[in-house]
Amino acid sequence: MQLYLPIADIPVNIFLILAMGAAVGFVSGMFGIGGGFLLTPLLIFIGIAPAVAVASVSTHIAASSLSGALSYWRKRSIDPTLALVLLAGSITGTMLGVWLFTYLRTLGQLDLVIALSYVVLLSGVGTAMVYEGLRAMARARRGANPIARRPGSHNWIHGLPLKMRFKRSKIYLSVIPVNVIGLLIGFIGAVMGVGGSFILIPMLIYLLRVPTSTVIGTAMALTLVTMVIATVLHAVTNHQVDAVLALILMVGGVIGAQFGARAGQRIRGEQLRLLLGLLILAVGIRFAVELTIRPDELYTIRDLGADG
Amino acid sequence: MTASLRIIAIALIAWLAGAAADRACAERLIVSVSNHRVTVTSNYVGEELVLFGSVESDGPGQPLRSSYDLVVTVSGPKADMVTRRKERRFGIWANADSRQFLDVPAYLAISSNRPIDQIASPDLRRRQQLGLDNVLLTQRVGTDYADVVSTDPFRRAFIRLRTERGLYREATSAVTFLTPTLFRTGIPLPAEVPIGTYEVDIKLFAQGALAARTQTAFEVVKVGFEQFVATAARHHGLIYGVATAMMALMTGWLASVVFRRD
Repeated sequence: MQLYLPIADIPVNIFLILAMGAAVGFVSGMFGIGGGFLLTPLLIFIGIAPAVAVASVSTHIAASSLSGALSYWRKRSIDPTLALVLLAGSITGTMLGVWLFTYLRTLGQLDLVIALSYVVLLSGVGTAMVYEGLRAMARARRGANPIARRPGSHNWIHGLPLKMRFKRSKIYLSVIPVNVIGLLIGFIGAVMGVGGSFILIPMLIYLLRVPTSTVIGTAMALTLVTMVIATVLHAVTNHQVDAVLALILMVGGVIGAQFGARAGQRIRGEQLRLLLGLLILAVGIRFAVELTIRPDELYTIRDLGADG
Repeated sequence: MTASLRIIAIALIAWLAGAAADRACAERLIVSVSNHRVTVTSNYVGEELVLFGSVESDGPGQPLRSSYDLVVTVSGPKADMVTRRKERRFGIWANADSRQFLDVPAYLAISSNRPIDQIASPDLRRRQQLGLDNVLLTQRVGTDYADVVSTDPFRRAFIRLRTERGLYREATSAVTFLTPTLFRTGIPLPAEVPIGTYEVDIKLFAQGALAARTQTAFEVVKVGFEQFVATAARHHGLIYGVATAMMALMTGWLASVVFRRD
């Protein structure tokens, strides 16, 4: 069934979009991530303009992270103080990101920057996760305790001033690195149309030593607020948020996420991380290949709109 | 500057030629489009309009000739567009060179009853802008504005890409003469049709000269929900953004209620 999208200005098959939302929802439910890094490229692939894809996926992630965040809230695994301090940085980051997005669009280099960021971030994070996953599995095979290393040792970050206590996470930490991480995630999220959980979670665990009990819930709460702000800012500055597209994606996404979460519970943690790492790496490599081989079509047209 | 002068000169010649043709003209055209208002709704996937018309004698005692040629040019709303070319830089393919096309039609369909080079001389084709090779597509060249030769790579790429998307079209057998004076042609509108006013320019040729000319128009509009969403997004960005965000939150909340397992 074809449906005409009012902002993207093209008709799409409604079942295809639903299926894409469901498939990405499955993955995101399974691994506890937003899935924007999968969904945005998929939308671009079926012919939706990158600007519309990035902006509309922000809306989709807002919806899926709210339903996740609500269930973590009930389990008391969100640290509200930590989320708020992260948020202070991420609002600034999101604004900078949307501003850069708008600027690059006028330069005609937006697509390149999106593709390059995907290559760098996804390859980096993917490689690290695959490496970690393989090591964990090797340890498990040797019979050692897979979580032998509790991240307890302090690093230079813990020597920074302006310390405050984050009660629910049971950590005592400077607000500077927390703010900086928030800023970075907000910025990356707005430019790339991703929630950024796949970068945020490792950062919180390895840099800030946030315990695993609160890390996913807190990341989800942050993603929720960042993506709501990104949606509004994209709507105000670029007019590229397609509400109809976002709604179809959401419906598919929330259904897929339920099945994904169930499937995820049947797989062991280190295998799950390895799988996610491989997935992230694969998307990164796909973008790298696309940038380096000669494209079939060297020319592109962009409509600047009717002149006044 | 010289280029602008050249355009003015061409326009002047075209106008004089048109006036001359009008005086000698013994025919007039009567045309109608099957739909003057194409509405884009949620189930819009493209549409084909039909243009039909007839060649009439312009007053008594003006005999009609035995055979005519017809060229129909449909041009959609005007817009500025940028064509970019990718080049290999530091091992990756990135946009490098670009050209800006100013005030060019977002949709352009040229239909005729036989190949245009058989209908009119190269000179007349250029003056009357017959065919995709002769349509004026103004580019910004440095500080000046001019059309370039039809073999210009950016111009050719522009036309090729628009044609691939069904937005530009040249069909040299799309006009059918049902009788020597009665004709019809189709105007196919693609799914990603530009919204706006479309001008239809119908030119009748006899023995290689312009015999009559008439114009009509139709509009493509978004209606109902599509129009509401598009207008809201463009003119009330903040309200639209907040409403979309609220919708997302409602969906997320509903999902957590419906699928609650704890």
